[in-house]
Amino acid sequence: MKDLIVKNGRIIDPANNFDAVGDILVRDGVVKQVGTTVSAGPGSEIIDARGKVVCPGFVDLHCHLRQPGYEAKETIATGTRAAAKGGFTTICCMPNTNPPLDNLPLVEFVKSLAEKEGAIRVLPIGCITRGRKGEELSDMAEMSGAGVIGFSDDGNYVKNARLMKCAMEYSQPLGLPIIEHCEDPDLAIDGQMNEGIIATRLGLCGIPNAAEEVAVARDILLAQLTGAHLHIAHLSTKGSVELLRWAKQRDIRVTGEVAPHHLTLTEERVLGYNTAAKVNPPLRTKTDIEALIDGLNDGTIDIIATDHAPHSLNDKLCEFGAAASGISGFETMLGSLMNLVATGKITLPLLIAKLTSGPGRLLGGRFGSLTPGATADITIFDPGAEWTVDSGKFISKGKNTPLQGETLKGKVILTVFGGAVVFTDDVKTP
Amino acid sequence: MIRSEQIEPCAAAEHSGAWARRHVLDIEDFSVPEIELVMQTTSAMKEILSRPLKKVPALRGKTVVTLFYEASTRTRGSFEMAAKHLSADVVNMTAQASSVTKGESLINTLNTIEAIGADIIIMRHPLSGAHYCAAPHVKANLVNAGDGWHAHPTQALLDLYTILNRKGRIAGLKVVIVGDVKHSRVAHSNIWCLTKMGANVVVCGPPTLLPEGLKTAQLLFPGIGVETNIEKAVKDADVVMELRLQKERMQSGLLPGLRDFIAGYQLDSKRLALTKPDSIVMHPGPVNEDVELAADVLHGGRSVVNDQVTNGVAVRMAILYLLAGSREQ
Repeated sequence: MKDLIVKNGRIIDPANNFDAVGDILVRDGVVKQVGTTVSAGPGSEIIDARGKVVCPGFVDLHCHLRQPGYEAKETIATGTRAAAKGGFTTICCMPNTNPPLDNLPLVEFVKSLAEKEGAIRVLPIGCITRGRKGEELSDMAEMSGAGVIGFSDDGNYVKNARLMKCAMEYSQPLGLPIIEHCEDPDLAIDGQMNEGIIATRLGLCGIPNAAEEVAVARDILLAQLTGAHLHIAHLSTKGSVELLRWAKQRDIRVTGEVAPHHLTLTEERVLGYNTAAKVNPPLRTKTDIEALIDGLNDGTIDIIATDHAPHSLNDKLCEFGAAASGISGFETMLGSLMNLVATGKITLPLLIAKLTSGPGRLLGGRFGSLTPGATADITIFDPGAEWTVDSGKFISKGKNTPLQGETLKGKVILTVFGGAVVFTDDVKTP
Repeated sequence: MIRSEQIEPCAAAEHSGAWARRHVLDIEDFSVPEIELVMQTTSAMKEILSRPLKKVPALRGKTVVTLFYEASTRTRGSFEMAAKHLSADVVNMTAQASSVTKGESLINTLNTIEAIGADIIIMRHPLSGAHYCAAPHVKANLVNAGDGWHAHPTQALLDLYTILNRKGRIAGLKVVIVGDVKHSRVAHSNIWCLTKMGANVVVCGPPTLLPEGLKTAQLLFPGIGVETNIEKAVKDADVVMELRLQKERMQSGLLPGLRDFIAGYQLDSKRLALTKPDSIVMHPGPVNEDVELAADVLHGGRSVVNDQVTNGVAVRMAILYLLAGSREQ
């Protein structure tokens, strides 16, 4: 393998608190040297990153690759390539496939598919309960042996509090988090969008913030009781951020993630019955967005995760109430979030931290840094490049984006996974 | 006012200024002049309905399809009657509710009906916004005959016409809408239409059956009031409109029971006495007699429930007529 040298980029590596212009040397797929000027040896591949940001490959703790079972929506082959285009080198896939990933052979199947057909690293998440039915525990220990990085019934909330307590107790010695989709199903019943005047106007059943918050509160208390690591998926409300903050102040082992759309889009997007803006949890209000951003800034929220949820055209080209929930998010993540940086809501190093060291820490520090000796997962992006979202050009099979036609600023131009270029946009690589 | 002689196919072009719409999906996006045009056209249609021969050739050679994904007696019958008075051929189609979420997509169904030869499709659908999803994909004119909790535009127009007919004006009237406001497309469309036309609308019902966010929606619905006490709500009202209560509301825990609803929200003669002496009583039907309306109020002198039904035919004739005209532009 040739040496790879990334020259003159602004290197931002939050895990090592590093932010300076310099070079990176990659040898044998491993980060060798960071920051100081590297002189190119003969035959080494040089990438000019002048004016660009160079950072650890992004880590997505929450996405849906749909395989097995829903290959019309996405496959591991298309999903991982879409992720690489979005700057990701490690992605964790949710187990709500068909069949759901609730046992060892299925986890092994997904892992082997990912090795054969995936462009980047895929880390599966196993179900908490068998079949995601919320009735009995899945084979958690066995799946942990196969390398799942946590347990989640994502899409479903584990309604039975006693079963959730057992899951937390059981997961604790395995050293893996319970990743909970916090939504009380009774409060959210028939819900199509955020509760409020827009839902009233559209005649759609609303989902109140409390549907999420009562679930967050319960699980925080169970985490306190059991000492287990609770990770709360896709936080969407101000109240959830406050609960998480409360929990962290009491040293309860809880972490949280937020999705790009919940940081940037409000419920108004649904007007006109725009099924592309139908997502669960639903798009909320400006007040919630502000609280979520505050949560990122004060460390309450640890991670930004896409909740990439690809769907086929017909899943969305239908009545709002019949449409599938979810946003295809890999390929617009950076562009949509860079607006928060441009408007001064968050800093660029903070954004990168939430996409690299934040999720990396949850994964035991194995990924999300440019520490010498680490596997060379590197993302290079142009923070100033403007581009227009055209879902027809998505690599993902899921063209379902509420950002269609919008101009975003900030574009990934090169993704390196394990020392090899897995995505390149318009940069010239000699 | 449009004179009845004008209601001939060739006259349609005269409306091109005020009437540009191909579909009637909602009342929310109607301008005041458009609503006024519908009212004027409805008057002309009422005149036709008063003739011995209640038929004009405006829609001769056109096919109107009613496509109902939900059961309906009066709305469907009203549309069918309206289309027939205008000499259209009418085909009634009933879709299975089960095919709403499974099987053939709505867009495919509508395209099939178009291929059969529909010029105007009148659709009722249990999911809010179904018409919005379909409209960009159909060439026929699409008329919303009710979608989910969202809208029932022709009902709002016939209610407006009925009030206008009885009161001579809308602006400044106190109109109280009572009952299951949250799940009522009739209420939703009436709120839009009546506030747009300058009425003071008060919605009243048990807290579980009131929609969220109305109180603070003064920009959308100027002057709207929200009240849980019916005595306060109906005081000095010019119009009281009771809504149909669905049995499911009790089963799903939104209401303790019928007795409670009747005690709290039925319009009886005692409550009617709190309204203005010349107030009118409305209901979109079908009425649960002695639930929303006490029998003596329903059948009493203030009730305009039957007028609503009669006016419904004229309003729907007006809508079909205006749409057929727009189609030829």
